[in-house]
Amino acid sequence: MLIIRSVVFIIFCSLVSAFVVAAPAPSFTLPTAHDSVAFDSLRGKVVLVDFWASWCDPCRKSFPWLEDMYLKYSKQGLTIVAINLDAKRDNADKFLAKFPSDFTIAFDPKATVAQLYDVKAMPSSFLIDRTGNIILTHTGFQEEQADELESHVQEALKK
Amino acid sequence: MKTITLKLVLLFLAALVLFSSCAVQHVKPWERDQLAQKKMQLIHDPTENGLDEHIYFSKEASSGGKSVGGGGCGCN
Repeated sequence: MLIIRSVVFIIFCSLVSAFVVAAPAPSFTLPTAHDSVAFDSLRGKVVLVDFWASWCDPCRKSFPWLEDMYLKYSKQGLTIVAINLDAKRDNADKFLAKFPSDFTIAFDPKATVAQLYDVKAMPSSFLIDRTGNIILTHTGFQEEQADELESHVQEALKK
Repeated sequence: MKTITLKLVLLFLAALVLFSSCAVQHVKPWERDQLAQKKMQLIHDPTENGLDEHIYFSKEASSGGKSVGGGGCGCN
């Protein structure tokens, strides 16, 4: 009886979790080039968390787009935190020299935050609303999808 | 009796070591930096490979088997 009950409970839990779209984003504190960034201090802002690495080709394409988004929407409350997952910091620095950016770059060489966010592909981005819930998860970067992503950002900023 | 138990324990330990799934370590997305390098690709030249595949396909009327593309459904 206990087994049946626990199986039913597990099935129920998995069904419920499948329908819950807005999940609270895991909190983190990571070092940046000269300082550090704490996720909790960004509450009340729309946050775009982007996981990237220097060796990842689509990341190279996404960086100019991220910069564009930042310049367009930072005044309306958009914060971009691009979390680098390179094991070697040198590689990240070389990449950043090629792609100068104004948004926050954080470093997570041991991928602890990537594990918290359960990153499935590179790059992965998570759009987090003003209350700290993940409202959109996006993997990869294709220029054709950029407009759609931008509309999600705009919607999140309106709320 | 004691030696049998000892043998069983040893067998169990050996099985534990041999059949532990340490060979099935999945590469995480952020660990692919070495694998993503050009020199690590199985196909060194995509264009040349494409031509080879085309010749193979048109001369021998068969495709696939080499990689994932063309699962043998006969539809390409």
